[in-house]
Amino acid sequence: MKKILILGAGTGGTIMANKLRKSLDREEWDITIVDKHKTHYYQPGFLFIPFGIYNKQDVIKPKANFIPAGVNLIYSDIDKVVAEENKVLLEGGKVLNYDFLIVATGTRVDPDETPGLKGELWHKEIFDFYTVEGALALQEYFETWKGGKLVMSIAELPFKCPVAPLEFVFLADEYFTKVGIRDKVDITYVTPLPGAFTKPKATKMLGALLEEKNIKVIPDFYLESVDNKEKKIKSYDGLEIPFDVLTIVPVNKGDDMVERSGMGDDLNFIPTDKHTLRSEKYENIFVLGDASNIPTSKAGSVVHFAAEVLFDNLLCAIKGRELRAKFDGHANCYIETGFGKGSLIDFNYETEPLPGTYPLPGIGPFGLLQNTKMNHYGKVIFRWIYWHMLLKGKELPVENHMSMAGKKKS
Amino acid sequence: MAQKTIAGVNLEVTEDGYLENPSLWTEEIAKEIAKEEGIELTEKHFEVIKFIRENAEAGLTIRKVGKSGIVDIKGFYDLFPGGPLKISTKIAGIKKPASCV
Ligand SMILES: Cc1cc2nc3c(=O)[nH]c(=O)nc-3n(C[C@H](O)[C@H](O)[C@H](O)COP(=O)(O)OP(=O)(O)OC[C@H]3O[C@@H](n4cnc5c(N)ncnc54)[C@H](O)[C@@H]3O)c2cc1C
Repeated sequence: MKKILILGAGTGGTIMANKLRKSLDREEWDITIVDKHKTHYYQPGFLFIPFGIYNKQDVIKPKANFIPAGVNLIYSDIDKVVAEENKVLLEGGKVLNYDFLIVATGTRVDPDETPGLKGELWHKEIFDFYTVEGALALQEYFETWKGGKLVMSIAELPFKCPVAPLEFVFLADEYFTKVGIRDKVDITYVTPLPGAFTKPKATKMLGALLEEKNIKVIPDFYLESVDNKEKKIKSYDGLEIPFDVLTIVPVNKGDDMVERSGMGDDLNFIPTDKHTLRSEKYENIFVLGDASNIPTSKAGSVVHFAAEVLFDNLLCAIKGRELRAKFDGHANCYIETGFGKGSLIDFNYETEPLPGTYPLPGIGPFGLLQNTKMNHYGKVIFRWIYWHMLLKGKELPVENHMSMAGKKKS
Repeated sequence: MAQKTIAGVNLEVTEDGYLENPSLWTEEIAKEIAKEEGIELTEKHFEVIKFIRENAEAGLTIRKVGKSGIVDIKGFYDLFPGGPLKISTKIAGIKKPASCV
């Protein structure tokens, strides 16, 4: 029996387990997937928890529901990969051998990277919403908050779902308006980027929206530390911003497993060929999703598109053929903008998000870089699509490679 | 694309003044770009610039420079006040670091 081993049963690992089991002969290929958690979190749903739109039960399901029969599912912490010997060590010393390895261990937030962040105010007046615990603590806090300075700050680049903190402040604007205290809430968006977003056209559109909603933007702010006593965040060049409540995207890193394996860069992301999705160092290791260092968004939609390419290339590699599928960095992100509206960006390695329309057979079109009700529904149905189609590796009615159809260049 | 004469050499630069061709870079060019940014280059600056040129391909972040062993992040800000990565890469004659979406 030959062996394929998948590390991480999140979005990417689960998709691959489904695709591979369907296509590979059971007599010939043994497929194993390992994860430390039994619960699958629908991470995009975390964003809605602080505002009471979703609760915990809306974003969790057992992982086992999504792993097909015929795939061995192991719950264990992964200690490390010993790539030279084609084996993986689990916590407790168990050894798994492989012929091909897919690393899909994602990225996680590490508040310990920023001095003072995980101090006495952590989850009391300082919250992340990138974990279910943080999102729930913030929900409880907002329920009785009387208003004051709300500061949304991003600690480091890259971070997963780069639109999430923007969506957060848009939803906060709506929430406090509806609670009737918007005039008492001062919302500030603090980012290490030179503007609201990375690329010019999207920055312009989103920047205008922030202004319209009376949300202040402080760009080029590189977070050094958090002062719990004075309730201020400080930058390396000496700027200080006071807060009453701080919401933060902490430093994002690949899992420590990557560091223990000696496979990562300074933030534990794995150097990966951005077109073939194969590890730059090892011929029989592929990297899917947030765990890789490919220069596109760390997002579920990217994982979905990349999974198609990885699947094709893995089948080539198995047969000893040249890898022929090429990932273009395609990302497709709905952006909640509050009050039942949303925007949509669609882009890849080469093409920045452009305005126009996004055709989707049977459902669309959606408005690109426009603020519409339709785009909001896109986000809402995404949760259903995620649980019922995406994780199971089913075909979605979206093109794998980015298409220029509907996009306006100037 | 624009043409610009820096330290007596005619060079192609981007809209915001980054060299189009990093291989044409010299220390003299670095000094002149630095002067425009209001920075007088010291030994320490050049050590950082060397690190930046060597790591241009692999991708750069402020954190990475801070872990280089040459300067910590605060020191990096002291050498290139304002936007250390933006300014130092310009002086080092490499592409402006694109923050990925
Ligand atoms: C607030 C928020 C909003 C988001 N919104 C969107 C959105 O609107 N649209 C979108 O497309 N994407 C969104 N995302 C991003 C999306 O959820 C992720 O990009 C996607 O889930 C990444 O998939 P992955 O397989 O790479 O990693 P994950 O799904 O994170 O899976 C990694 C898995 O590896 C396991 N693991 C890691 N290390 C170990 C170890 N040492 N031992 C054992 N197991 C291990 C983990 O337990 C986990 O199950 C959002 C994310 C957040 C946090």
